[in-house]
Amino acid sequence: MAATVYNLFVINKSGGLIFYKDYGTHGRLDTNDSLRLASLWHSMHAISSQLSPVGGCTGIELLEADTFDLHCFQSLTGTKIFVTTESGTPGMENMLRLIYELYTDYVLKNPFYEVEMPIRCELWDLNLAQLVRKDGKAGLTGR
Amino acid sequence: MAPPTRAGDYPFAPVDRVNAELFTLTYGAIVRQLLTDFEEVEEVNKQLDTMGYNIGVRLIDDFLAKSNITRCSEFKDTAEVIAKVGFKMFLGVSATVSNWSADGSECSLILDDNPLADFVELPDTCQGLFYCNILCGVIRGALEMVSMRTEVKFVKDMLRGDDAFEIRLKLLEQVAEEYPYKDDE
Repeated sequence: MAATVYNLFVINKSGGLIFYKDYGTHGRLDTNDSLRLASLWHSMHAISSQLSPVGGCTGIELLEADTFDLHCFQSLTGTKIFVTTESGTPGMENMLRLIYELYTDYVLKNPFYEVEMPIRCELWDLNLAQLVRKDGKAGLTGR
Repeated sequence: MAPPTRAGDYPFAPVDRVNAELFTLTYGAIVRQLLTDFEEVEEVNKQLDTMGYNIGVRLIDDFLAKSNITRCSEFKDTAEVIAKVGFKMFLGVSATVSNWSADGSECSLILDDNPLADFVELPDTCQGLFYCNILCGVIRGALEMVSMRTEVKFVKDMLRGDDAFEIRLKLLEQVAEEYPYKDDE
């Protein structure tokens, strides 16, 4: 089964897009659109946690649209990682956690990476591509 | 192997390990170099704290990603998690939490064993040096990233002849993660 992830975004705690990448051929965005979508999501996420009728809500985790799903993971430190995927792709929650682990390993532990700044780390790109492209079941089986 | 599910399991999961002595010696070399560069022990204490801080702000995410810890409801839980999970995960030893202040904002982390100081004897010229001060910085940096401003310092140090390593942890302020909504004000 081919990869079902369309795009991947990482936004820092202040809402800046620090990483964007598209996988596959669907839903490619140019730089402006990716920035627009990221800041839009940051605000919507913040508003949603305020509007939620459920106490202690930390924001939207999954948005289902007609043509894609958007899965979002927010760490306790405020960094958000979100992906758009083909509708109904399973196991994304787990996959986002794995992506978070890759982020801590290959981005934060790189001494030359400046915290909160755009991510330009080859090892991260490489490992991310491997995880996302492995197969549709990547998220279910773990490492 | 399935990923570890409970927080305490992580330290026993197959992680990449490095020879403990290499780690200890590397840290020793850093402290020696700082002493050479800055000459004054006070300044070295400060530098170690800053270095630790820079490590802490990065390490916190690694900790959260790999320990499956969720939000702590109060500071007491936070202290326990640092002592039992955090120290175990990164230093291989766990600490004890004690000496709580009456208002619950201050406590001590006590380490009976500290791998950083394994082979260390402080010479007379280095009195006043908190050899392991980097740990204070790490804790401070990590907590700041999860919106807790703290003050962390050593109050007892075995290298100075005390009976244990004691780190005093004081919660100064909990900064709520509020977004600036009220733009009409």
